[in-house]
Amino acid sequence: MAREASTIKTKYRLNKGDGAWAYAFIAVALVVYAMFTAYPVVSAFIISFQDYKPLGSSYVGLDNYVSVFQSSLFWKSMGNTVLYTVLTVPVALMLSFGVAILIMPLKKWMQTSFKAIYYLPAVASGVALSVVWLWIFDPLQSGILNQLVGVFGISNQNWLGASATSMFSLVLMSWLSSHGTSIIIYVAALLGIDSSYYEAADIDGASFLQKMWHIVLPCLKPTTLFLLVTGVIGSFQVFQNAYLMTGGGPDHSTTMVGLLIFDTAFKYFEFGNAAAQSLVLALVIAVMAFIQFKFLGKDVEY
Amino acid sequence: MGLYNTHLGNTMLRNVRNAVIIFLLLLFALATLFPIYFMFISSFGDPVEAGAVSYSLWPEKITLDSYKFFFDYSEYSYRWLGNSLLVATVTMASNVVFATMAGYAFAKIRFRGSKALFGVLLVAMMIPYQVTQVPLYILIVNVFNISNSYTALIAPSLVTVYNIFLAKQFMGSIPKEILESAKVEGCSQWQIFTRIVMPLSKTVMAVMAILTFMESWNTFFWPFLVTNTMDMQTIQVGLKNFRFANTTYFAPMMAGATVSALPMFILFFSLQRYFLEGVTVGAVKG
Repeated sequence: MAREASTIKTKYRLNKGDGAWAYAFIAVALVVYAMFTAYPVVSAFIISFQDYKPLGSSYVGLDNYVSVFQSSLFWKSMGNTVLYTVLTVPVALMLSFGVAILIMPLKKWMQTSFKAIYYLPAVASGVALSVVWLWIFDPLQSGILNQLVGVFGISNQNWLGASATSMFSLVLMSWLSSHGTSIIIYVAALLGIDSSYYEAADIDGASFLQKMWHIVLPCLKPTTLFLLVTGVIGSFQVFQNAYLMTGGGPDHSTTMVGLLIFDTAFKYFEFGNAAAQSLVLALVIAVMAFIQFKFLGKDVEY
Repeated sequence: MGLYNTHLGNTMLRNVRNAVIIFLLLLFALATLFPIYFMFISSFGDPVEAGAVSYSLWPEKITLDSYKFFFDYSEYSYRWLGNSLLVATVTMASNVVFATMAGYAFAKIRFRGSKALFGVLLVAMMIPYQVTQVPLYILIVNVFNISNSYTALIAPSLVTVYNIFLAKQFMGSIPKEILESAKVEGCSQWQIFTRIVMPLSKTVMAVMAILTFMESWNTFFWPFLVTNTMDMQTIQVGLKNFRFANTTYFAPMMAGATVSALPMFILFFSLQRYFLEGVTVGAVKG
């Protein structure tokens, strides 16, 4: 008893003052967070109910939200965003999964080299890459992509300038940009699978495809879910390429929600409307993430 | 023993299989690396208008004239690089210091409200940045009235939640016995942090430093929003301006793109291990 009391006492003495230290350690982080994240979020809610003007805003109730839902452009850009996501995220997952599987039997140094190669484009800035792709999509006969499709007998395309091909061009760009991050995550997950599973499968005489289907796919399900959810969330916010390469055109065929919000805010300076749009986007993203976890993540543990 | 058949006793078959795999991987690597290769090769061309240019996949001529053309575009073009370097360095340093401190407090010190505070921080990672963009812009430009300053460029990313999360994840694995024995020996929390926790967390601090620096160097929209004179712009904003002002100058544009990307390539090749490690440190959930 006495001993127990004394340990409690030392523990108490040891922890005394820790709280103060902890608050000191997190002080800067908290101030930055409060000022540049928490306050803006609260502020976004307030602005979304206002007709924002630098000198004296007026309260307009739900007007901003009503105009968001009545705007055909908002729905069109939502559609574009969904289309872009559906075309890019699953392909990115399959490509990186395939590459990760292929990398596995190679020697260690080769694995590392390939990982580095695939990661490299992610290191270049989005602006630099968009400048390069702009010229790859050059609509003239001499454009790189036009030359390439010319080999297959396809006539010149005005890749970014025509509504029919502009969205596809952005999608193509995303397919061929870096999948390094997801490849590395998949490889790490593959290396984490216990080899005793494979050994047991070998004893049972399982083929490569059977091992893939019964061991690899179930074991990688949490990784796939993680990449799927983060991929979809990221894709719904994407707008830098659209902004830099097509400006959302032609005829709004590449206007994503992210770009629409940017334009509303910083081209037309309708801050209230932009805040309402962004909160609707946030809600959509939250609902989607929830659905994916609910229906795909049933037997996934985190 | 593994996913793949080892083809024991049949090295021939195994070599053929590996050759096919390497061929496929190289093909995909070619497609991913092509834009970067194209950018680099083309940047050595003559600074003439695109109408006269036919693209080639091999350097026919090597001249640095296009680089000169890019730097001559604005009297501040060298300063763009300096601005980017300054902003990225300060952002990196403050993130490493403050995120490590906060990460340690959340991972290893028990204090009132720690769980709730950390939860509040995590919520922020799920909010799309479009939500905070407009109010943040208003705050910096209209309320603080500091647009077009280094403060405006740096302040919002002084310490990011992602980095705090990274640090906390990593430090969670430091055994608490070490920290407790240091305490028994009479170390203050500050001493524990600087003498034990920081030396043990070198990896995560390096990863954080590199990723933050790269993020900051490559960021475009925030500097684009809060700067309005050329002397305050970063290299990414400068490159964008150059592109819109010289829409037909192919080689100089590639030179500009190379200038903006090359420092990160050099960093990547010299510190590759930390880049690749950083990806998994952030993704493995605890």
